Amino acid sequence: MAELFHRKIERTAIGFVLAIIAAASVGGIIEIAPLFTIDETVEEAPDMRPYTPLELAGRNVYMREGCYACHSQMIRTLRDDVDRYGPYSLAVESRYDHPMLWGSKRTGPDLARIGGKYSDIWHVAHLTNPRDVVPQSNMPSYPWLARTSLRTEDLGLHLKAQQQIGVPYTDEMIANAARDALGQALPDSDYAAGVQERYGDKAQISAFDGVTTELTEMDALVAYLQVLGTLTDAAYENTVAPEEAPDAEDLAAGSATTSGGR
Amino acid sequence: MMVSQLTRGEREVSILIAAAVALCGLALAIAGRNDPLGVHGAFVLVGGVALIAFLLSRLDSPEPDVSLRPSEYYDDPIKVGIALSMLWAVFGMFVGVWVAAELAWPFLNFDTAWLSFGRLRPAHTTGVIFGFGGNALIATSFHVVQRTSRARLAGQVSPWFVLLGYNLFCFIAVSGYLMGLTQSKEYAEPEWYADLWLVVVWVTYFVLYLRTIARRKEPHIYVANWYFMAFIVVVAILHIVNNLAIPVSLGHAWSYPIWSGVQDAMVQWWYGHNAVAFFLTAGFLGMMYYYLPKRAERPIFSYRLSILSFWGITFFYMWAGSHHLHYTALPHWVQTLGMTFSIMLLVPSWASAGNAILTLNGAWHKVRDDATLRFMFVAAVFYGLSTFEGSFLAIRPVNSLSHYTDWTVGHVHAGALGWVALITFGSIYTLVPSLWKRERMYSAALVEVHFWLALIGTLIYVFAMWNSGIVQGLMWRTYTESGTLAYSFLDSLVAMYPYYIARTLGGFLFLLGAIVGCYNIWMTVRASPAAAETAPKDLPDARWAEGTATTPAE
Repeated sequence: MAELFHRKIERTAIGFVLAIIAAASVGGIIEIAPLFTIDETVEEAPDMRPYTPLELAGRNVYMREGCYACHSQMIRTLRDDVDRYGPYSLAVESRYDHPMLWGSKRTGPDLARIGGKYSDIWHVAHLTNPRDVVPQSNMPSYPWLARTSLRTEDLGLHLKAQQQIGVPYTDEMIANAARDALGQALPDSDYAAGVQERYGDKAQISAFDGVTTELTEMDALVAYLQVLGTLTDAAYENTVAPEEAPDAEDLAAGSATTSGGR
Repeated sequence: MMVSQLTRGEREVSILIAAAVALCGLALAIAGRNDPLGVHGAFVLVGGVALIAFLLSRLDSPEPDVSLRPSEYYDDPIKVGIALSMLWAVFGMFVGVWVAAELAWPFLNFDTAWLSFGRLRPAHTTGVIFGFGGNALIATSFHVVQRTSRARLAGQVSPWFVLLGYNLFCFIAVSGYLMGLTQSKEYAEPEWYADLWLVVVWVTYFVLYLRTIARRKEPHIYVANWYFMAFIVVVAILHIVNNLAIPVSLGHAWSYPIWSGVQDAMVQWWYGHNAVAFFLTAGFLGMMYYYLPKRAERPIFSYRLSILSFWGITFFYMWAGSHHLHYTALPHWVQTLGMTFSIMLLVPSWASAGNAILTLNGAWHKVRDDATLRFMFVAAVFYGLSTFEGSFLAIRPVNSLSHYTDWTVGHVHAGALGWVALITFGSIYTLVPSLWKRERMYSAALVEVHFWLALIGTLIYVFAMWNSGIVQGLMWRTYTESGTLAYSFLDSLVAMYPYYIARTLGGFLFLLGAIVGCYNIWMTVRASPAAAETAPKDLPDARWAEGTATTPAE
């Protein structure tokens, strides 16, 4: 019977294509659409702020250099992940991330909470030549970042684009984007005050790469790394204990069971 | 060769299309003059103008006899597609060996932006998946759809547009990564203008394919074409949804995807896993369902298994993507659905692997003697192994160990080298002699050499990554008696170096095999054609001598 039916649809190309579309659409619709409608999918975090223009520019450098190929930004709900990297990641922490940079491979460690763990100067030394500070590292060196000045004149357009897709940048933030990028890396300048005015007291003002005469891509990348995991405190509040990793022996015996999420 | 089968009118249409492309390039070059976008615009402009010049120089060369067309297949684009596929194979695999070596010996990054791992890695994945794999799929699909429908391709210019347009996309993609242009969505890195261009190319491909099938002289659509259709249709859906983005401005190459955070993660891995399903599986199953029975001269073992497998793969795979996000901030119910469907996927996957292997029953002596058929047999075995491994890794507790480690990389390469590349080489070695009307490949011994280099290379690669991945995963989760983590991250990295060196060696052997294959193909093409009377008839009208080989057993 089923075979007879199939004999029929095999005779019509359009019918066959429609059947393929129907069969292939179900999974995506059922798994993706509810993520936009079920409220619990993304937690509430009133203190969550978007990236400053400098941090956003740094994020773009991070993407451009392909950092995501070796570094995840997603701490799993597993005990050893939490012990090593900090509280597991919440969905709300990447809600303004277009695109998300959760990653899929850890050739290097997770960076979801790297912000504040090392000094600016450590990051600059490490990015310039990782083996100067971690002799066994296999990470590439990025000496050109400190030599390349940051393109700031179009940062307003970047923020504007993000605003159009739902990131809560105000028109004032967009108008001041280039100035704020400069101010965040020049603590003594007139522009510095505006950054905290617009992005909150916790926005870090620092001469990230140690040089205040020029705004470089190094400034931007370090500013971005230093903000990772600090945009909201939500992950440190009211979260459930992480899961134990399943025992290797249980795994081998095929009897491992999941403990039911968070 | 490219224009000899086109009439003067068709050459003029081609010139108009090339001019339109060149104008797009000019527009991008002007709008993006202060941005890397301008560089790409200039590339497109130069390419378009060069194509116009080439076509103009041949505008008045002799025209083909149009009346012969219905009785002949259109194979020129296939020949060029095979050549491009092999060139991309060597490029993509070379970059793969290079980035593997960079992980073992980081000085190979040479402190140079375009040579650094992060920029070269997508050049490797795009080069092999889309350059090598995509060109092979386009070429073989053009071949299979004509032979199984006994009809000529439904277009003279459009096959060239699809093939060359697709390669323009690949070129823009790879050159973009080296300049630092990427959406950073894995396997969907190209920026918005490249994505838009691919949509135009892909829709043309779809229409061409469907119109060719509509011309078929067989009432039924052959199994291989089901898979090629699924490949074309579903890749279009995945590509469009995952790449929705708004550019910073029309003068910027950079863009921001409209999806963010957890929804973006789900869309990305719905795309990512189904790029595996419909690009790297469905398309290559289409290849397998034609070239394996053809080479073995045996009918497909079971028509019912073909149906079961096809619809199982088309339906189940689309649910499986969330297994890339176990234990993350993705809601638990989606993770569970992804795991469940990933396990169920084993049934249709093994139905196809089993169907392929059982088709060889009665032809085992050929598998022993003919390295080309052995390529396809081993590919089917690797397909079975890596789909089993895939279902296994999708189980949440197993994934807690394997995720983020080299085990995933090993799994991908068991599929990519063992399945995708081997079935492609087997198909190409079957296709090349018949396409160029040669009796056989230039050297059977070199096919044999290629086979062993590829197999040994794959095994070294996969074993190295299994070891490194499991060691890494275990070190990350090992606690001391006092309840603290036993190893720093750095300890686990240091333990990886021997495996990274072994992996480089495995990849190098595989690359060497591909280079041997290129030489063998080149020499076959250069050889003199087989005598007319010994060449098998390969025409739409002739009742096809080996037709039985591809008709499923009832």
